[in-house]
Amino acid sequence: MSATAIGMRAGPSFVFRASLRRNRRWALITSYVSLVIFAIFFLIPPYYMVVTSLKSDAEVAHMKTNPWIIADGVTLDQFRLLLTQTDFLIFFRNTAIVTVCVVAITMVVSVLAAFSLGRMKFWGSSILATGIFLTYLVPDTLLFIPLFQIVKALGLLNSYWGMVLVYPTLTVPFCTWIMIGYFQSIPKELDEAALIDGANHLQMLTKIFIPVALPGIIAAAIFAFTVSWAAFVYPMAFLYSADQQVLTVGTVTSLIRGDVYKWGMLMAGALLAAAPPLVIYAFLMDYYIAGLTAGATKG
Amino acid sequence: MAEVSLRNVTKRFDTIEAVRGINLDIPDNELVVLVGPSGCGKSTTLRMIAGLEEVTSGDVLIGGEVVNDLPPKDRDIAMVFQNYALYPHMTAFENMSFGLKLRKVAKDEIKRRVDEAARILDITELLERKPKALSGGQRQRVAMGRAIVRNPKVFLFDEPLSNLDAKLRVQMRIEIKRVHQMVKTTTVYVTHDQVEAMTLADRVVVMNNGSIEQIAKPQELYHHPKTRFVAGFIGSPAMNFMRCRLEENGSELRARISELISLPVPAARAVRFRSLAGKELIFGLRPEHITEPRRSDRDANCEFAAMLDIVEPMGMETLVYFAIDGQQICGRVDPGSGAQPRETMRLVANMDHMHLIDPSSGTVL
Repeated sequence: MSATAIGMRAGPSFVFRASLRRNRRWALITSYVSLVIFAIFFLIPPYYMVVTSLKSDAEVAHMKTNPWIIADGVTLDQFRLLLTQTDFLIFFRNTAIVTVCVVAITMVVSVLAAFSLGRMKFWGSSILATGIFLTYLVPDTLLFIPLFQIVKALGLLNSYWGMVLVYPTLTVPFCTWIMIGYFQSIPKELDEAALIDGANHLQMLTKIFIPVALPGIIAAAIFAFTVSWAAFVYPMAFLYSADQQVLTVGTVTSLIRGDVYKWGMLMAGALLAAAPPLVIYAFLMDYYIAGLTAGATKG
Repeated sequence: MAEVSLRNVTKRFDTIEAVRGINLDIPDNELVVLVGPSGCGKSTTLRMIAGLEEVTSGDVLIGGEVVNDLPPKDRDIAMVFQNYALYPHMTAFENMSFGLKLRKVAKDEIKRRVDEAARILDITELLERKPKALSGGQRQRVAMGRAIVRNPKVFLFDEPLSNLDAKLRVQMRIEIKRVHQMVKTTTVYVTHDQVEAMTLADRVVVMNNGSIEQIAKPQELYHHPKTRFVAGFIGSPAMNFMRCRLEENGSELRARISELISLPVPAARAVRFRSLAGKELIFGLRPEHITEPRRSDRDANCEFAAMLDIVEPMGMETLVYFAIDGQQICGRVDPGSGAQPRETMRLVANMDHMHLIDPSSGTVL
């Protein structure tokens, strides 16, 4: 309305249209410039990682060479050494086992919790839902001390199965919260229709809610995966032998000895460790965004 | 196939009484429409029949059996919702067959029933589409199909046409009537639209404030409303209401509605109303009974002059609005009668269709 008024005041309508085009052009230029700056800013560290991982130790150590380019030729030595001379593959396997288990546990617990809290209204359900979210706000740097006692009592100290037990304390609250929002955004007539069609609550969940809320569930699963893959504090506190160690802590502890940093292998290790999340994000990005926004706005 | 009965059914939400002890008997195969303004308790009543709301007190009977404690799936009912409530991840076929699959009906039988329902509803070519690829009307057909395939004892419709545009609503209304004629099943239909109620129903149940105001066949409801609420709710434009006093003038009884206008009560009714002479009452007359003078033999006594405020040409008729004693009155005149706003027009009241209402109880006398 006001735009039309301005257009009319400016005179003939083509003037208005031209100014609109100019406006849009500037908006586009500004967004592209900012996006390029951000892209460069965020891509420098990975670029540095790739370049360093492809250099020989000698070139990395040489103070005179340009760190941004590979001068002495590309070599895969760092990767070869990492995979053959260190426990990297063990770390990778441990992390994969822990992550798969944590994602599975988180999804089962969170989907059931979110369905009951979000859809089956019962006394205290909303307080419980808020309570679950509040537990997410307690940082792991505080939690690991009491958890240490529990893990020790269960005999799971220095075992990656201990991680399978403790990571869900980080993942379940947030995933439940995301999915409560998602489940609540599904119209209530859908469960009523299912009830009339003859479904019980479990059938309603498996045949209607899980398929309909799949974007939210995938978003939650990606979150659980990321947390579990990148967790640092808990393995740092609870794991100390190499055969039980996970990627994050294992790479750092085995490749940094005192003040000696094996930069080439560190970068190669970081690169390989970052690959699975990268692949998963690339394929499921759309679901992730759809899930998070649905949880945020409709919850 | 079954009759549905409500016995003193009450529903209370915390302190609010949404349904106040209603009684209703719906015989087998009848299509009953519950109609009333929002918040009158009609949807709650339907949901109690469906088993989606618990009954606070009283009994709901389906096929003679009290079903108060039966879950929806065991009541053998099917429901069509206002927003269709189709499962978005399933095709139309899967939506329609979902209930049958859960009941472990054989695959051949499911296919036969879905195909049959699709043929009745003319959606055969849409069966492989998902709801988002269907228009509003098509979705509503699929939702109806989902109900039909189950071959339930009772169909429940909860404002099924409210989400459709006006043209489609008329089309689907005819469709629902056709389907009901083909698939004879006891049907309870909830709507706030009195036109839908009148056109679809075998009997209409008018609800207000959690209670039933009147249960009657559409024509009876229109011509013989029992309360002022029903008189005002059914019919569009609504019935005109004016304050009036009955005056005895020898053998004649007249309804005085303003200083200048008093209209003769027909002799046939005068006998019944004579005892009310001198009382303050409400006079009700539908717009179609206030017209331009049409026949020479009409009692000239029923004529009066009115200064028109608004004139609404509708095509086949023209609505005229004027005021009597500060009360807005609507009449329906012939488009050729030359009605013009801010002009005086001679109008005639067809007193054979008058209603008198007791202002304190709201009952039509």
